[in-house]
Amino acid sequence: MSDTLPDDLHYTKSHEWVRRLPGGEFEIGITDHAQQALGDLVFVEVPAPGRRVAAGEACAVVESVKAASDIYSPVDGVVLASNAALADTPELLNQSPYGAGWLMRIAVDAGGGTGGLLDAVAYAALLAEESN
Amino acid sequence: MAFIPHTTEDVAEMLSLIGANSIGELFDEIPAALLAAPLQGVPPALSEMQIGRLMSERAALDGRPLSFIGAGAYEHHIPAPVWAITTRGEFYSAYTPYQAEASQGTLQVIYEYQSMMCALTGMEVSNASLYDGASALAEACLTAVRAHRASSSRRILMPRTVNPTYCQVAQTIAGNQNLVLQPVDFDRSAGRTLIDALRPYEGEDYAALVVQQPNYFGVLEQVDALVDWAHANDMLVIAVVNPVSLAVLKPPGEWGTPAAAKRGADIVCGEGQALGVPLSSGGPYFGFMTTRMQYVRQMPGRIVGRTVDAEGREGFTLTLQAREQHIRRSKANSNICTNQGLTVTAATIYLSLLGALGLARVAEASMARTRELTAALTAVRGVRAVFSGEGFHEAVLGFDRPVGPLLAALAQRGIQGGVDLTERFPELGPSLLVCATETKTSEDIARFARAVDELQNPAALSRGAA
Repeated sequence: MSDTLPDDLHYTKSHEWVRRLPGGEFEIGITDHAQQALGDLVFVEVPAPGRRVAAGEACAVVESVKAASDIYSPVDGVVLASNAALADTPELLNQSPYGAGWLMRIAVDAGGGTGGLLDAVAYAALLAEESN
Repeated sequence: MAFIPHTTEDVAEMLSLIGANSIGELFDEIPAALLAAPLQGVPPALSEMQIGRLMSERAALDGRPLSFIGAGAYEHHIPAPVWAITTRGEFYSAYTPYQAEASQGTLQVIYEYQSMMCALTGMEVSNASLYDGASALAEACLTAVRAHRASSSRRILMPRTVNPTYCQVAQTIAGNQNLVLQPVDFDRSAGRTLIDALRPYEGEDYAALVVQQPNYFGVLEQVDALVDWAHANDMLVIAVVNPVSLAVLKPPGEWGTPAAAKRGADIVCGEGQALGVPLSSGGPYFGFMTTRMQYVRQMPGRIVGRTVDAEGREGFTLTLQAREQHIRRSKANSNICTNQGLTVTAATIYLSLLGALGLARVAEASMARTRELTAALTAVRGVRAVFSGEGFHEAVLGFDRPVGPLLAALAQRGIQGGVDLTERFPELGPSLLVCATETKTSEDIARFARAVDELQNPAALSRGAA
């Protein structure tokens, strides 16, 4: 499983991923493991641009045919953009969790970063531990 | 009949298996101080015959008063088929069977009900009903706060022209979830909410404005101006409506001026009792809620949807359940996870029987009767109409002396004269909220007016006798 994890991303224990974009902002999504566990997604609610979010705060909701789950912001910051395509095509999250299925982009507060997040190796270890 | 399937032997066997001596022992870990004492004041069980007799005696005490009380519960004629059909075995249940494979008929009735409520209110989606109008308003306030994505405000503008009982219930339910309901005063002469009273809140961060149409005083609010104002100030609009009035008034979905950027209320709620449900001393009634599709995931309660089965045949099932408590647990939209299935069934049949024209005739007849009532009562010396604003089927009358004794004396004559507003609205002076629906005849109205005249102006009685 670990060999499918992009190693340029950071991860959270609640199965979000974080990508630092060239402009410095962070792109957030949910991992392949998370989308598989949720099943076919039918609805995604993302936060409105301009909203301030705190690390660990529930800021998006993904709903599958069997459950609805909160998505937690991995960082402190302000939402710059959210993925409008998910409103009509939530299945992008299933098809491309690390690409077209991104959820939101956040301008991280000064001093904030990927500290405290997991790298691919640590996240793979977490998944291995959870599957035991 | 016992509803517990376990026999004494079953219970003994289960207790011995787990090593307990009695069922009471299973609760030993609860400190004695926290255990509720046996119920006080509840008499021993009565037989069916005894209960029947007691209830008949109590019912006889009510008499058959001529009622002019409205204020949220309305006496309308209920065609005989409504409850004859509703109480058929296929529908008659205190609980709604949601199992799609076994309950297609029930689910379809609810689906038809939802479609009718959407048509009446001009909205896109309805839930399967809530408990009553008051709790529906509380849920609508909570829905608005969730639905307003650009604002995290938990404040709602609540005009004083909204039914004060509804406000009280909304305060109890929503207040505990840290919502703040800000009262807005009304115009003393017209009896409605003026934009001027809203000016202090312009540019302020409020999630929604509540608009009751017709308002508690029976007066028509200037809904277009209120909706335009709310949307211009980035607030959602919660409409509280009497569904019967919607047969003749503009549906909330079309409130606002056509030129405005955004038109119509965002959430519509209210009391459904007027649609075929008897007054029955205050319940059971049902509340309704409709909204726009964009807010459907913020709406509480059950929703029935139409779909197809594996073979492509049309069928009905509960849908969007991920909002609800059995899926989302503590993060559910609401702890409401049922509906008022039986009264909703009655309302659906009532609306089917009357049709759009029949409902409009009920609304028009009620308006005409209330105009007749207001004219007859204000012709009595010492009685005046309090508000100048145009109304639906209720009106506030002002008196030159306290209303309480008058109502008591009318009750002696078998007339329920209305709701005394003096305590809740002291600024109006002695005042009475009256209502007449299509159930009242000209003779009934004349009898009421004559009784008021005789009680208000005893000289009139002696003149009449002379």
